[in-house]
This record gives sequence, C-alpha cells and structure tokens, in this order.
Amino acid sequence: MIVAEKKPIEEIIEDIKDHRNILVLGCNECVTVCEAGGKKEVGILASALRMYFLNQGSEKKIDERTLERQCDHEYLEEIRTVVDQYDAIVSIACGVGVQFTAEKYLSTPVYPGVNTCFMGATEERGVWTERCQGCGQCILSRTGGICPVSRCAKRVMNGPCGGSSNGMCEVSKDLVCAWQLIIERLKALGRFEEYETLSPIKDWSTDRAGGPRKVVREDVQI
Amino acid sequence: MRLTYPTNIKIIRVPCTGKVDILHILRAFEKGADGVYAVGCMEGDCHYSSGNFRARKRVAQAKQMLDTIGVGGERVEMFNMASSEGPQFAEVAVKMVDKIKKLGPNPIKRPKPNAA
Repeated sequence: MIVAEKKPIEEIIEDIKDHRNILVLGCNECVTVCEAGGKKEVGILASALRMYFLNQGSEKKIDERTLERQCDHEYLEEIRTVVDQYDAIVSIACGVGVQFTAEKYLSTPVYPGVNTCFMGATEERGVWTERCQGCGQCILSRTGGICPVSRCAKRVMNGPCGGSSNGMCEVSKDLVCAWQLIIERLKALGRFEEYETLSPIKDWSTDRAGGPRKVVREDVQI
Repeated sequence: MRLTYPTNIKIIRVPCTGKVDILHILRAFEKGADGVYAVGCMEGDCHYSSGNFRARKRVAQAKQMLDTIGVGGERVEMFNMASSEGPQFAEVAVKMVDKIKKLGPNPIKRPKPNAA
C-alpha cells in the first residue's frame, strides 16, 4: 500500500486560514490502513480544526467526507454536487488523491493533509517499511524476493557494497543490508550459486529517470 | 459509604477504557466540555489485558492535540483505580473539578471580541 504520515496541523492551518468553508476529504484505501487519512483521521482533523478556529474567533464551516478512493473518477464524482459549497478542500489521501481531486475540481484549491512517503508494508501496528519503488522492471525473481532497488540505500544491483558490516547498512545502524538478506534468502532457497550471476545493467528508463510514466492496457480499455 | 462528588460530571460508561478514542475526547470538547478524564482499571489489572494502556496513550495524544490547537492539554487526564475504590473515585472527581474550575471554561465557548 501507499504509506503516508499526517502533516503537522500547524501546516494545514497555515494553508487554509483564509478560507471559510472547508471540506476535509479522506480516502478509504491505503491511507486508512496506515492510519493517516481514513474516516477516523478525517474526524480528528476536522474536529481539531473547528476548535482551533473557534478559539481564534473565526467562524468556519469545516465538513467531513471520506470517499472509497480518491484515485478513481467514479468515487471522486460523488462530491461533484457539493463541491461548490466549499472554498477549499483538505485532502488527506495520498499525493495521487490530492492531485486527482485538484484536476477534477479546477476552481477549488486542494491542500494536502498528509505527507505521502512510500509503497510499503505494515511490519506491526504503527510501523511501516518501504518495499517497492515502482521501478517498472521487477527483478525480485533473481533476488530471492528481496528488492535491492527499494531496500538497498544505493540501489546496488550486485551487492553488497563495502558499507555493509555485520549485516547492517552504513546509512543507519537500524537498517539491515538488503544484500545480506538476499544472500541469506538465496542460501535458504538452495539457490546460492545464482548469487554469482552478475545482474545486467538495469534499464532505468522505466523508473522515474524516463519521466512521468503511464500504463496503457488496450485489452481492458472500453 | 454515601460519598459525594461534584454533580457537574457526566459519566459516560464504556465497556473498557480501551474503547475511549481520541475522537471521543475531541468531540466532548467540541460539544463544550471544560474537561475530560478517563478512569480505568489499575495498570496490569485490565480485564482485556491492555485496554487501560491504550487509553493512556490516547489521552496523551489528545493532550498534545489540545495543546496544539490552544484548548489546553491539561484539561484531559487519565486516572487508574480499582472498581472498589469509591473514596478515590470521589477524591479524583473533586480534584479534577477544582483543576478545571481554576483553568476556566473551555476556551472555544468564550465569546470572542473579534468574532465574525
């Protein structure tokens, strides 16, 4: 899922302080799971903002709404009939949701309420770690299911580098060396001899290096 | 025992303090409460094992949020006591009410001179 973190409320207040009617818009997908932008967080943020502005003596209407997704037309259309009531939207979906909302409702400013961090997994409640960078050419079959692109600080394709010591990365004492994990995993799978095979130079044009990306699937297009 | 405690406290019963969410606390303030306190079982005695620890964390979150928005985190507290501790319940109620009275009403209820 896409992992996001709540923005400090002071930052959101600064963005919306000049608007009067505001919609706090949540998303039922990834940001709900990482407890940053779901229905509950919409409730907390809207409640806190209402109290802040009441305390400041400024009267604002701050409403709450959570959509199934903010990255699909059909769900975003659900607010079309009410969007004109608002001078601003605070979207606490990921960056995709914020942008898609802004693209759809051109005359309403949309402000982000979370910082979108990465694609990751829930290690345990309250701990999320990165697992994928969406490089566009998956090599997990060669690396025992452990991704050197997202989990190695240098994105080394034939690792480990000299910064690996006792299984940890030189970047941080808490960061496990991805290549150490790959070696251990290949050994456990009985495929250690594959480690000796050099990875070819990776084509980074499918990553961000090739500019913003697009997937077109004619087979599923209507 | 026939103990008395202040009558301006509204008791909201929950199955366990683990049910108390930051949203419940914020909503109480939004609706005009001057203070909120959660009373849970003694630490280590939770029937559901960790409900009172969860409540403590959420009270701490609410404190932080209320400080940030200027309502005042000191208006929320968490207390632990056993169900048999009637005198302590009354004592805490008196203490909390005294504290909140000193702090004054919930600032969002105060009339604002520059209100729009």
